[in-house]
Amino acid sequence: MEITNEYIQQRLTEKFGDQVTGFEEPYGMLTFEAPKELNLKVLQFLYDDEVLKFRFLTDLCAVHYPEQPGRELAVVYHLHNLENNVRVRFKVFAPIAAPDVFSATALFSAANWMERETYDFFGVNFVGHPNLKRILNVDEMDYFPLRKEYPLEDQTRIDKDDEMFGRG
Amino acid sequence: MQEQQHIKLPEGSIGKQTTTLNLGPTHPATHGVMQNILELDGERVVSTEQTIGYIHRAFEKLAERRPLFQITPITDRLNYCSSPINNMGWHITCEKLLGVKTPKRVDYLRVIIMELARIADHLICNSIVGVDSGAFTGFLYVMQYRELIYEIYEEVCGSRLTTNIGRIGGFERNFSNAAFEKIQKFLDEYPAVLKEFENLFTRNRIFMERTIGSGGISAERALNYGFTGPNLRAAGVDYDVRVHSPYSSYEDFEFDVPVGSTGDNYDRFLVRNAEMWQSLRIIEQAFRRVQEFKGAEADVYHADAPAYYLPDKKDVYTKMEALIYHFKIIMGETEIPKGEVYQSVEGANGELGYYLISDGGRTPFRLHFRRPCFIYYQAYPELIKGSMLADAVITMSSLNLIAGELDA
Repeated sequence: MEITNEYIQQRLTEKFGDQVTGFEEPYGMLTFEAPKELNLKVLQFLYDDEVLKFRFLTDLCAVHYPEQPGRELAVVYHLHNLENNVRVRFKVFAPIAAPDVFSATALFSAANWMERETYDFFGVNFVGHPNLKRILNVDEMDYFPLRKEYPLEDQTRIDKDDEMFGRG
Repeated sequence: MQEQQHIKLPEGSIGKQTTTLNLGPTHPATHGVMQNILELDGERVVSTEQTIGYIHRAFEKLAERRPLFQITPITDRLNYCSSPINNMGWHITCEKLLGVKTPKRVDYLRVIIMELARIADHLICNSIVGVDSGAFTGFLYVMQYRELIYEIYEEVCGSRLTTNIGRIGGFERNFSNAAFEKIQKFLDEYPAVLKEFENLFTRNRIFMERTIGSGGISAERALNYGFTGPNLRAAGVDYDVRVHSPYSSYEDFEFDVPVGSTGDNYDRFLVRNAEMWQSLRIIEQAFRRVQEFKGAEADVYHADAPAYYLPDKKDVYTKMEALIYHFKIIMGETEIPKGEVYQSVEGANGELGYYLISDGGRTPFRLHFRRPCFIYYQAYPELIKGSMLADAVITMSSLNLIAGELDA
């Protein structure tokens, strides 16, 4: 059967009531969010359901919204039902003071490194992750570089001796 | 009797004396900067600890300060064996966000370039599998045709490896006659070469013994690990972004999606070879369709999107509007509409995805690359567990790991 966005929304609302909110369809992809405590329940439901079958984790990443107090960090899952070729985007929001989100590694092996990468750049603490440590940056790093409070270097700065690189 | 281990072993070590071997970060067999700390029992691999990130360049952070067109050169440096696919994927993502519709001729020209890039990438991967199993001839032989593909890029955009090919909305200039001639030359000569290349390997006893049954993965595990592209298809799942979510008018072409069954090194080799034949088919069809455009249509090489596509230089000097757009684009002062878009293309390694969030500013608010390499490389310890050290090397090259894509 063809799975429409309305159908997915209806099934999710049946199962989780008003816990699952924020339904949108930017550029055709159904997007919704849930409280962060429910992330595994929602993922498991989407995985196990005999019709929905979202069993392929395409992507997992985070976004930092400094202007949203209490929900600064969004963890974004892109899920794919390969049989019917439907994609959904699922978000959970966490406060930056305590960015604890349950790890999806038990469900998707692919989530292992993606969660490590997300931790590495945003400091999202994936509870239950088997090996949550930095992956691309050096272990000694003491900040999370993709957060918005770390700006890139000012391109017009002149106090740096960059003669060798043609900027001096 | 058990001896004291001098080196701290990775977790999961067994009690008996084992050898710890550093494979990488700079080792000829890794074909890129990545480290594997292998724990060996004789010649058998017991466990592996991977370290990546040696050439991490913070692309996602860099992209947050750049206007869209300045991000194209960043995408070059992901999978640098097939940069045109990355470039086109990025342009397609931007076009989706901006609502730019590209003309059919642009789509077909893009398809030609993308499929050439796929052939170049698969060619390198497969011949490197040959090199790692002791057959150097194939590698040197096909290099000549990768060179021809690079010459085609050169005719189209002026560069060879990190191509920065095309613009948002199309190409920076029309394909020259020389480019078409070179594509025609490639179409004429390459099938015989590919046939010979296959003759060297496909039924070669030594090659078969080395690759069959090593580095295999089941379809179920491959899906769970997020495999895409030839590696997933070798395990028997016919998922191809070009078929499932066609972009750039791929739905206009007829081609097959080759699949394997066991997901081992041999199947991956066969799938890549078969894909090169399919790519040739697609290029032939696209080439024919491009030739069929007549009159004004035959000169179309970009979409009509003045706010994002650089105007002709002569217009900049003579027309007010062109001058304004030129200035705004070059200075990065074009506002991007607010939105959130995920677009993926079938890269040479698998589903290459771009997740772009714009808050209405001039640069992306957030850009995330779904790099297929990064996602499937985490399965490597599982692939080589219990196999011989020499098989671990072949498995690594047949996964087609590209350090640039791994580390972003």
